[in-house]
Order: sequence, then C-alpha cells, then structure tokens
Amino acid sequence: MNRKRPVNLDLTQFHFPLPAITSILHRVSGVILFVAIAFLLYGLDASLADEASFNALIETMDGFFVTLIVWGILAALLYHLVAGVKHLFMDAGIGETLEGGQKGAKIVIAVSVVLILIAGVWVW
Amino acid sequence: MVTSVTNFGRSGAYDWMVQRVSAVVLAVYTLWLVGLIFFCPMDYAGWSALFGKTSVRIFSLMALLALGAHAWIGLWTVTTDYIKNGLVRFIAQAGCGTVMFFYVVWGVQILWGL
Repeated sequence: MNRKRPVNLDLTQFHFPLPAITSILHRVSGVILFVAIAFLLYGLDASLADEASFNALIETMDGFFVTLIVWGILAALLYHLVAGVKHLFMDAGIGETLEGGQKGAKIVIAVSVVLILIAGVWVW
Repeated sequence: MVTSVTNFGRSGAYDWMVQRVSAVVLAVYTLWLVGLIFFCPMDYAGWSALFGKTSVRIFSLMALLALGAHAWIGLWTVTTDYIKNGLVRFIAQAGCGTVMFFYVVWGVQILWGL
C-alpha cells in the first residue's frame, strides 16, 4: 500500500456548499412548520369561535413573545415556500447544473430574507 | 424490488408526485390566505363571514388534506434519513402520523364546527 498518499483531514477546510445549507434549512423549516400547525389551528379555532375570542386573540398577538413566535412561523413558512418553488423549477429542468444550483441557492436566500424582513415589519 | 411499507404511497415515484401536487395546493392556499390578511385586514365579522363560505371551507379542507400527505411524506423522509434504529423510527413515524391525524380532525372540526 502506498503510504505516501495525500491525506487531508483538516476539518476546518471542509464546509457545506450553499445548496446543502439551503437544503437542510428546507428540512428544518418543514419540521418547524409541522409543529407550528398546532399553533395555527389553535389560532384559527380561537379567531372563529366568537367575537370576544377573536379580540382576545388579537390582543394576545400584540405581546412581544407571541409576536416573535408568529414571526418565526412566518419565517419558516416563507422560507419553505421559496425553497419549495425552487425545487419545482429544478424538477422542470431549470438550474440543474453546478452553477445553476449555486445560483438557485443564492436566489432562495435573497428572496426569503427580503420576504422574512417584510413579514417582520408587518407583524410589529 | 424492495418497497418500504411505511411511506405514503407504495412507490417512491408516487410519493414524489404526491409531494409536488400537495406542495402546489399548499403554495396557492398560503399565498391566498396570507395575501388576503396582508392586503385587507379584517374584523371578526369579515373573518367569520369568509370562513362561513362553503368555497373557503372546501379550499381550506383541500389544503388541510394536502398538508396531511405533504407532512407525512416530508417527515417520513427526514425520519428515515436520520433515525437508523428501526423500532425508534417506527415509533417516531407513528407519532408524526398520530399528530397529523389530530390536525386533520381538528381542522375539520374548526371548519365545519361539528
């Protein structure tokens, strides 16, 4: 066995490429949304029960902590949506090359950051 | 061909297609509902009238069922990738399925006020 094979185990040199990061975020946001559905259904239930319950919900959503949760859910939703739309484009054969994948990941990050910021301004 | 017994359909291709079709339903529903709340905020009267419409209830039910399939396939994929122990994975997937079932029943109850 050739003992002079080049060995590179400098872990600081390894890093995930951007498309891998957007992919794992798509999964993470999906799992977050699965949990968030409980809050959304609770909110829908409370908002439709009666007027007092609707107003109480609006008041609850004014609280800082609740607003933060709502923003978090919206962020996960918007990111998952944008990354999902990118998936559909790639299914159609658009952006399947190495450069295309990197460009697509950059677009996903850029578009979702803008939408999440708009959502943040909206909820506050 | 060895087929998995815990995935949504009986083949990966079927799951792949269901995942995409349900994704489109969910995307359209999300854009419609979030867009509606964003562009025309409603008081209780407007909001309850909106969900009083049969068309809105049916659209919401459609999104809820799409969500059930979409979340099942997504969580199945994630749990299958990361949980290697068969028993633990089965329990985790059964838990996800149970929660999803509760969501669907709860959603129907909200929409039709059973």
